[in-house]
Amino acid sequence: MTQRPIKLCVAALGGQGGGVLTEWLIEIAEAQRHLVQSTSVPGVAQRTGATIYYLEFFPKAVVERAGREPVMALMPVPGDVDCVIASELIEAGRAIQRGLVHRERTTLIASSHRSYSIAEKSAMGQGAADSAGLIELARTQAKRLILFDMEEVAEQHHSVISSVLLGAICGSGVLPFTRDAFEAAIRKSGISVATNLAAFADACGRAERGDAASNAGPTSVASDHSAEIPERARSPGLQPLLDRVRRLPKPVQALALEGARRAIDYQDPAYAAAYLDRVERISALDERWRPQRNAPSNGGDGNEWALTASVARGLALWMTFEDTIRVADLKTRAARFARVRAEVRAGPDQLFGITEFMKPRVAEIAGTLPAAMGAWVLASPSVSGWLGRRTGGKHIRTNTVSGFLLLHALGGLKRWRRGTLRYIEENARIEEWLRRIERLAPTHYDLAVELARAQRLIKGYGETHERGWRSFSTLLGELDTLATRADGAAVLARLHEAALADEEGKALAAELALLTAGNSQPVATTNPVNP
Amino acid sequence: MAERSFAKEVQSLRLGAGAEFRGEGILAVTKALLQSGVGYVGGYQGAPISHLMDVLTDAEDILTELGVHFEASASEATAAAMLAASINYPLRGAVTWKSTVGTNVASDALANLASAGVRGGALIIVGEDYGEGASIMQERTHAFAMKSQMWLLDPRPQLPEIVRAVEQGFELSEASHTPVMLMLRIRACHVYGRFTAKDNRRPPFSAADALASPSRDYGRIILPPSTYAQEREKIEQRFPAAVRFVAERQLNELREGEASDIGIVLQGGLYNNVLRALELLDCADTFGTSRVPLYLLNVTYPLVPEEWARFCAGKRAVLVIEEGQPEFIEQAASQILRKHELSTALLGKGLLPMHGEYTVDVLRRGLAEFIGQWAPELRRTSRGPAREAPLVPVGQLAKLVPPRPSGLCTGCPERPFFAAMKLLQRETGPLHISADIGCHSFATLPPFNMGNSIMGYGLGAAGASAFHTGGGRRPVAVMGDGGFWHNGLTSGIGNAVFNRHDGLTVIIDNNYSAATGGQDIPSSRWPNEHRQGNNSILDAVRGVGVKWVRHTRTYDIPQTLKVLREALTTPVRGPKVIVAEGECQLNRQRRVRPLMKKAIDEGRRVVRERFGVDPDTCTGDHSCIRLSGCPSLTVRPNPDPLRTDPIAHVDNSCVGCGVCGEVAHAAVLCPSFYRAELLYNPSWWDRVLARVRAAVIGGLQRHSDRKRLRFAL
Repeated sequence: MTQRPIKLCVAALGGQGGGVLTEWLIEIAEAQRHLVQSTSVPGVAQRTGATIYYLEFFPKAVVERAGREPVMALMPVPGDVDCVIASELIEAGRAIQRGLVHRERTTLIASSHRSYSIAEKSAMGQGAADSAGLIELARTQAKRLILFDMEEVAEQHHSVISSVLLGAICGSGVLPFTRDAFEAAIRKSGISVATNLAAFADACGRAERGDAASNAGPTSVASDHSAEIPERARSPGLQPLLDRVRRLPKPVQALALEGARRAIDYQDPAYAAAYLDRVERISALDERWRPQRNAPSNGGDGNEWALTASVARGLALWMTFEDTIRVADLKTRAARFARVRAEVRAGPDQLFGITEFMKPRVAEIAGTLPAAMGAWVLASPSVSGWLGRRTGGKHIRTNTVSGFLLLHALGGLKRWRRGTLRYIEENARIEEWLRRIERLAPTHYDLAVELARAQRLIKGYGETHERGWRSFSTLLGELDTLATRADGAAVLARLHEAALADEEGKALAAELALLTAGNSQPVATTNPVNP
Repeated sequence: MAERSFAKEVQSLRLGAGAEFRGEGILAVTKALLQSGVGYVGGYQGAPISHLMDVLTDAEDILTELGVHFEASASEATAAAMLAASINYPLRGAVTWKSTVGTNVASDALANLASAGVRGGALIIVGEDYGEGASIMQERTHAFAMKSQMWLLDPRPQLPEIVRAVEQGFELSEASHTPVMLMLRIRACHVYGRFTAKDNRRPPFSAADALASPSRDYGRIILPPSTYAQEREKIEQRFPAAVRFVAERQLNELREGEASDIGIVLQGGLYNNVLRALELLDCADTFGTSRVPLYLLNVTYPLVPEEWARFCAGKRAVLVIEEGQPEFIEQAASQILRKHELSTALLGKGLLPMHGEYTVDVLRRGLAEFIGQWAPELRRTSRGPAREAPLVPVGQLAKLVPPRPSGLCTGCPERPFFAAMKLLQRETGPLHISADIGCHSFATLPPFNMGNSIMGYGLGAAGASAFHTGGGRRPVAVMGDGGFWHNGLTSGIGNAVFNRHDGLTVIIDNNYSAATGGQDIPSSRWPNEHRQGNNSILDAVRGVGVKWVRHTRTYDIPQTLKVLREALTTPVRGPKVIVAEGECQLNRQRRVRPLMKKAIDEGRRVVRERFGVDPDTCTGDHSCIRLSGCPSLTVRPNPDPLRTDPIAHVDNSCVGCGVCGEVAHAAVLCPSFYRAELLYNPSWWDRVLARVRAAVIGGLQRHSDRKRLRFAL
């Protein structure tokens, strides 16, 4: 069969240096006596979208023998590409979607890192695509898969992803060019040669080894409940609390321990005790009413003790609601300063300032006051008006003495927290929530579980928090109706998801409308960030 | 200062006869112009020919050496009108733009030019923005060539062919006294290849010569009776002359093939992909030898009936491969065949789709059907599965592969403006927003999803004209600084003043024609040795009579919100104009980064800002992302074992533009954002201060850490 060009397709995101990579490949091919044609389709894609570069290579020797040049195509053809390079995981998926990755033909070189699309990022909860599933597909779809976190490798060597990609191409051996030629191209470009060569070498090695490590998307690290529960409390005085945790059903112990720790960190041991009181209340109920599944009694699976588990989680978050005191406390901790230093890549002894953006509204301020005073402030238009005029956006420089003292003092108000308006409000709400759960559990266990899970809706600050609370209250309002239907739990779960579908509450309203119409078929919720 | 610099590449424009030129198609076109002794060049940037303008700009010194005049025209109309120099004088001129949008803008001048006819060669290089990567409505330039009687070249997408097309284009233009369009598809503009260079030629006749002895011919003026004479001339002289030239110089290619009783007619620009499709069907080899006879139209208008007749004679069927719609060539072909009483079956649209880009895959399917019908014996068993598209579980994929719509870049100055617009509409309810062409077009996409219509470059304000009913809500129009200078000043602002509009027009001033690659425009601020910048948009707006004019910095969201509210509520009648300014971050970084690095290396005190999110206070609602959409503001797994929703996260591409903090404030979001001010080469005072702070703060922190440790569960 006659010689055909080698075909290579690069899918890169704007700013990832796909152009540079292409220039290197041209340089290398010509140095290695090959004809090369490249073309690209940037257009508006160069603005944060993906750009496709397409290259074909053909040996000069064959041209000289034939006395004619080959005709090279200007775009990749499904099933006729030797190597697809994707600088980001979803772009690898897109290449597969375009049919460019063929089981018997195509080597797929992809970075496993994710650069999230706007639709994924702006979802009100978890909106990221299933990376693991995509990686699995890549495995089955490609003749050969070379996959690792190329962004990380670039970071490690203070280099750019394009040199990592070049290294992976070299190591994969899809191009008949010597490693020297690759390195020569990097040297010739003359820009941060040392770091680029290091990244190149690293990637080349990984490709030769055929790395195909997978990585997961931004899912929670929460899933691991099998964490070992210590025998002894680190502070002996707290042993009783630990013992109470250990007496809880196995599947919920890890959550409860985390919850108790959170409560201590938030307030004090007594608060943790209060937390455990509530959890025990529910687990007693759970013990009695949970549907007996013939699952292993040691209870590994998540459905076991579903009610206690969801309450233990939701309650811990709710009891440690983010009031101004909490925020001030967290912002002033030494651990946080260290984290910021790492986050912003400050040198070991480099000086840096931290500026917070706080905009406490009258509501937050009143919430931090003693209940009576707070209520009075909110009740009196003149006072709240006066305050309102003084609550502009605050820039607080946390690592200046004055800024730190301000926040430190605010965090110190913790000891009076139990008297604050916000605390009293939230506790009333928590009790109401638990009462509803307790009332439902005996007759509508699954509905009770869904109600416990619905706590997830209450998060954030200011308007975000209010929106969440509104949705949550709406759900509470529907409970009685839901209790009358067989699929009550399923419907509540759907309302829960609908509440997270859009900021304006359109999806939730639509679901409710259907509910009142007596119809229980789910409606397609239109996500505002996904036209 | 364009986004992409060709300073290095343009040196290859100096290559002499025999040297091998290597580079992008765009660069080859520039070289070809110089080899053709072009006298003057103009144009307006826009993908896919933005780089041609960038190359010309970077090559300005070389052009001057050769005595070639280059202008970055104010619009495509300006560029087209520039060709007037070729009407009376033997001056070769070339202009370029994005088509069909640019050709729309240029039509008035083009039609007059085509009617008057030219003495010097006039070449119009159009970037056909059609198919994948296109950013405009999908139309054909072909129609313009037909309606104004200009000739259309569609050369093979290989550098030697493109270069030859430029040279022959001038000759054809002069031989037929008609302007010639040279069409380059997106991929052809960016194709990297090689060709053997010739020496550059100084224009034999210069503009100075023309001004020294002006020549005038009433026959070239667009007024009756000249116009009637010109129409006759077009039909009786120029058209036949063009057909003769194309035929005699064999600009089109007729190629024999073993299956001599069928044939394929194709646009030259589709050559490479058609040949690849044929190769995949085993009907051609790697070197372009086709087993089916080919008729390559490197000139797609006018057609040469005799060539068609010769090619079709004795053929049972001919397939016309013509991208886009309507199928002008196929229609003309059927007339030609009819007139020559040829019974050859004519196929085209139908076997191939009526609309959309002709990718190799599409061509492969159409050709397979054609050959299967008319020459099945050619179809050997295909060379193994590697030739067929793999089967992919489409449904499964759709879920796994979210779309990645274009958006504003990291730190883009337009982001805070549209965040402000989003906040404004929370107060006012949805507004009617007439959008425009430019980076701000991306505001019609997530996360902003605003803008009700786009009518064309600089036409945002004009697009809102019908809504100035006086009373009721005020319409909002958005326009970029690029569109403003292109035509918006008159078509939008002047018109609004004259017709007493009452609405609001926001001119987003990012200091450049940013969307097309950051080219300079009249209001660009930074020094440019070849252009006169710093022309104030505010003055221009006041100059055409707008009384209510405000200026705001986009990054100052509260201020922007304030002027927006005022514009929509003020009792003042008449057009309101807000100039919202913020420098394009891509250009800014290109300018500032090296300076900052230099300062740091020289040991000067430098503060670099960037933003971050505290994971323990972020609750994973992502309101901030919905108000920003900055590429550097993303999500990551929630480190909190109790929470499941991913948290917001600022990655290292952050340029510290400040929008995150502004948004957090303006929208009363959450306190999780922080700004870090990294200090390089601190002064002694910085160090003293730092030591004091460390002492006080460190002490208190250690104290509270100890307290916490007392209760460790």
